[in-house]
Amino acid sequence: MVEIEEKPEVSTARPGGRKPSKNGRGPDSLGGILAKIILLGITDAVAAFVLFQLALSAEWLVFGISLLTTLAINWIYLRRGGLPAKYLAPGVIFLMVFQVFVMIFSTYIAFTNYGDGHNSSKEDAIASIQLSASERVPDSPQFPTSVLEKNGSYFLLVTTPEGEAKLGGAEEPLHTVTPSTTGPTGAATGVEGYGTLDFATLLQHQAEITSLSVPISANPEDGSLKTADGSTSYVYTPKLKYDANADTFTDTATGTVYSDDGRGSFVASDGTRLNTGWKVNVGLENFERAFTDPNLQGPLLKVIAWTFGFAILSVATTFALGLFLAITFNKADLKGKKFYRILMILPYAFPAFLSGLVWSGLLNPEFGFINNALLGGAQIPWLTDPVLSKVSVLMVNLWLGYPYMFLVCTGALQSLPEDVDEAARMDGAGAWKIFTAIKLPLLLVSLAPLLIASFAFNFNNFNVIFMLTGGGPRFDGTTFDIGSTDILITMVYKIAFGTGTGRDYGLASALAILIFIIVAAVSALSFKKTKALEDLNQ
Amino acid sequence: MSTLTTKATATTVPANKASFGQWFKAKGWRHLVAIAATVFSVFPLLYVLSAALNPTGTMAGASSLFTEFGTGNFEELFANQERPFGRWFVNTLVIGTVTSAATVFLGAMAAYAFSRMRFTGRRVGLLTLLLLQMFPQLLTVVAIFLLLNFIGDIIPALGLGSQLGLIMVYLGGALGVNTYLMYGFFNTVPTSLDESARIDGASHVQVFFKIIMPLVTPILAVVGLLAFIGISSEFVIASVVLTDPDSQTLAVGLYSYVAQQRSENWGVFAAGAVLAAIPVMTLFLFLQRYITSGLTAGGVKG
Repeated sequence: MVEIEEKPEVSTARPGGRKPSKNGRGPDSLGGILAKIILLGITDAVAAFVLFQLALSAEWLVFGISLLTTLAINWIYLRRGGLPAKYLAPGVIFLMVFQVFVMIFSTYIAFTNYGDGHNSSKEDAIASIQLSASERVPDSPQFPTSVLEKNGSYFLLVTTPEGEAKLGGAEEPLHTVTPSTTGPTGAATGVEGYGTLDFATLLQHQAEITSLSVPISANPEDGSLKTADGSTSYVYTPKLKYDANADTFTDTATGTVYSDDGRGSFVASDGTRLNTGWKVNVGLENFERAFTDPNLQGPLLKVIAWTFGFAILSVATTFALGLFLAITFNKADLKGKKFYRILMILPYAFPAFLSGLVWSGLLNPEFGFINNALLGGAQIPWLTDPVLSKVSVLMVNLWLGYPYMFLVCTGALQSLPEDVDEAARMDGAGAWKIFTAIKLPLLLVSLAPLLIASFAFNFNNFNVIFMLTGGGPRFDGTTFDIGSTDILITMVYKIAFGTGTGRDYGLASALAILIFIIVAAVSALSFKKTKALEDLNQ
Repeated sequence: MSTLTTKATATTVPANKASFGQWFKAKGWRHLVAIAATVFSVFPLLYVLSAALNPTGTMAGASSLFTEFGTGNFEELFANQERPFGRWFVNTLVIGTVTSAATVFLGAMAAYAFSRMRFTGRRVGLLTLLLLQMFPQLLTVVAIFLLLNFIGDIIPALGLGSQLGLIMVYLGGALGVNTYLMYGFFNTVPTSLDESARIDGASHVQVFFKIIMPLVTPILAVVGLLAFIGISSEFVIASVVLTDPDSQTLAVGLYSYVAQQRSENWGVFAAGAVLAAIPVMTLFLFLQRYITSGLTAGGVKG
């Protein structure tokens, strides 16, 4: 096959766009065709599997999109011509899904109340409320029970007072089975195809087993079986009864009526809310909340201010130090220059996420090396004082970032034309004057795109903040886990995935959209400044 | 004081006869600054190395650097079953290598198309890439989490908790700044080379693999390396996707070591940090020259 590939083909110029071929193209070499068939075959096989799974789950919208994508891929690679698409398609597909689509999806989530307590459809929420809020029927008969296991799921095997063996799981209502083994009292203990749990395993998986609730029939109102000890189970009925016509839940004990509030929850007339809700569109509410809720407004404004402050000061400090060192080292005959250089850029080579963690150890107020060893047991609250923690974050980011600026400035300094400062010196300008009036402006012009990129990077510099302070010290007067050194992206992360207050994907996405807008504004600025656009026209 | 004085001082300071004052004014202060900067740079790294070797194991243990030595922290690091450091290391290498290799390949294909072919939408395509790379993927972490959650319901092998799923997410960023760096470099390879190959009968695939790719190896190395370094440090998305300790990367795993009790596990964490940093730093210093040129072309550390 290789030989064939090496043999020059008698084909005319490929349509690289510039030279459209006239007499049609011969096929690629045999090896090329084989590789193409195999790769496309694998892609199609995977696609077929995905489509099959999607059809099983009845996700018809996604099914349609996936089908169209698969057809498009086949069309791109099987037709003649259209060469650019063949080279671009693989990267573009990933880009569309995991960069473009997720941005659109974020925007959609920002307009919903998606989050803990609101994470599925209304039907799921109703079923879940019926199952979760249940109480034991006072005169329930006792069911001798064994706990069985199959493929990692647990099942209850019970013997009814009439002596009938029944089996059921969380997703599978009780049904009659023929037991394969029975215990000394005549109760069923095992069924073909399932493993019976012994006492030790039972203890090990206690939490999962006690929370297991087996529906008695397909109708949730009939109640369910639960076991507390793995050997006896009782009937539980829903404490809340759903009325499908009125679309309300009624508490069987107190008679309280909970009705749909149109915002993804069942709410009683006194304002009590059932914990399980569902996902609905809430319009601009997340944005409104962010800027009007007193619990959120103050902290958010402080966080926005600090995000800008952090990004600007980080660029300013790293650039200043980097430039200063670049000037200092810009002397050809300085001894040991290479040696200094290697050691100085080490922080840049050190993995960024580790830097924050290592510095958090150095700066730890109680046990940290700086307080304990260097400052002789001082108790300086480097990371726990609102102001000092900001200084610490900036200092650590300076440590991380100045080697980059040093490298960049060194490059830029060396490319400055020599004759300019010679001319200036002739005119009697001093060193400082030449620097401020000539060199610095020239440097700023050539480095502006990099400084803007650095600003954009620091604007979302999650690692340094999260690893060093975790955003703390926490603000007073808010229930959210937000603090003095939090920037927008760490706030988004903590609201979406933090512990403590529940996950709120809607609010987190709304804040992410806010970052999008700011970043877009900054990049619009950088587009104006860079020459990137002109390069495109060549 | 700046470089401008270079020429003037060079003539007035013949090395041996200069007084200390003159030497200091020309060079000495530069050494002082250099030493200060070097200490600032190196001190935290020495500290973590010292903590890793200190058998006391807690943060409070050491009052000066390199007083005690022992390998206890390293042994404990590898003995911990709940926090499998070895697995994290391998996971990071695998995820990093696969992603950066695929990134280089996808990016090179796109750059080849943009650099060598003229087609409708080329300019718009390049512009869109330039625009999209302004929005880092971590901003969409919530959507990525929910998307993988959905994918996991359909195909568990690609959903939450799957490394393959994470790699796919990372590949969403394969085009973008990388394509841009490569595009610029591809343009420096003269088109007469591939034209003559075409005339000799080479197909576009052969031109790509046999003519272009060998000539652009430096930029491939830079992009691959930057991608690898970026991904081995990536925390946000990895922490959300990889929930099982066995499948986690070093960034997620080592964070979990000190997230709760920072002080108690300090020695073991430091040992892990040293081991995690060594490969990246070695690679970096080894290919420093390449990286620096790549950086000045427009990249920022990720």
